[in-house]
Amino acid sequence: MIDSGSAELISGFRPQMLKFARLQLQDEAAADDAVQEAIESALLGIDRFAGRSALKTWIFTILRHKIIDTLRERGRTVQISSFERDEEALDEAFDRLFKDNEHWSPQGRPQAWGDPEEALAQRQFWQVFETCLEVLPARTARVFMMREFLGFETDEICATLVLTTTNCNVILHRARAALRQCLTHGWFGAEGRAS
Amino acid sequence: MMKCKDATHLMSEALDRPLGRAERMRLGLHLLFCGGCRAFRQQMDFLRLATRRFLERND
Repeated sequence: MIDSGSAELISGFRPQMLKFARLQLQDEAAADDAVQEAIESALLGIDRFAGRSALKTWIFTILRHKIIDTLRERGRTVQISSFERDEEALDEAFDRLFKDNEHWSPQGRPQAWGDPEEALAQRQFWQVFETCLEVLPARTARVFMMREFLGFETDEICATLVLTTTNCNVILHRARAALRQCLTHGWFGAEGRAS
Repeated sequence: MMKCKDATHLMSEALDRPLGRAERMRLGLHLLFCGGCRAFRQQMDFLRLATRRFLERND
């Protein structure tokens, strides 16, 4: 039985689902389709879910599977658009944290983050986190999210996107280093002035 | 001694594959003496935790 309350609950997740799907797929129409299909699948099984929290976890699981299907269908035909300049800018920002001998410079040396666990409990932290994800160059974001959100192994990512293992590793490192710097500046307080 | 920049690459890869014995030893030795890299590693672990929580969040 689909009651209108549950349908309403599900459509409440829609904006966040769309945002997530767009980040992953970098394609408005494909993101709309994935979200629509996920919602339809969810409505079919909704009577099994009592709690809002369980429902949300479940509907995002469905959405993740839809996104994985879409990425797999694109498979080897995926055209990685050239965001090389943005990627280069990230690498330069990272390089500025180091001295010429490739050890940390005094200003670039990472400082421990205050209370990261505490951050996870704060709504504003997640806004910063999302923004940091959104400003990653498209290819960097895609590889990172395939790894961390969709749970692909690196060799699957390399195969799907036609990248070498070294390339994949470099991109993942770039994404993590950029997120680290973004969170450092955006949330955990000033460290270094290098970027 | 391993360079800090190389250490950051190894610390990232450690999230994606088990490091070999020699890699673990070289990195471990580096971390003993490098507070900056120890902070970097904690932050890498935090990033993984945060991405896991990102979707489980109930706001």
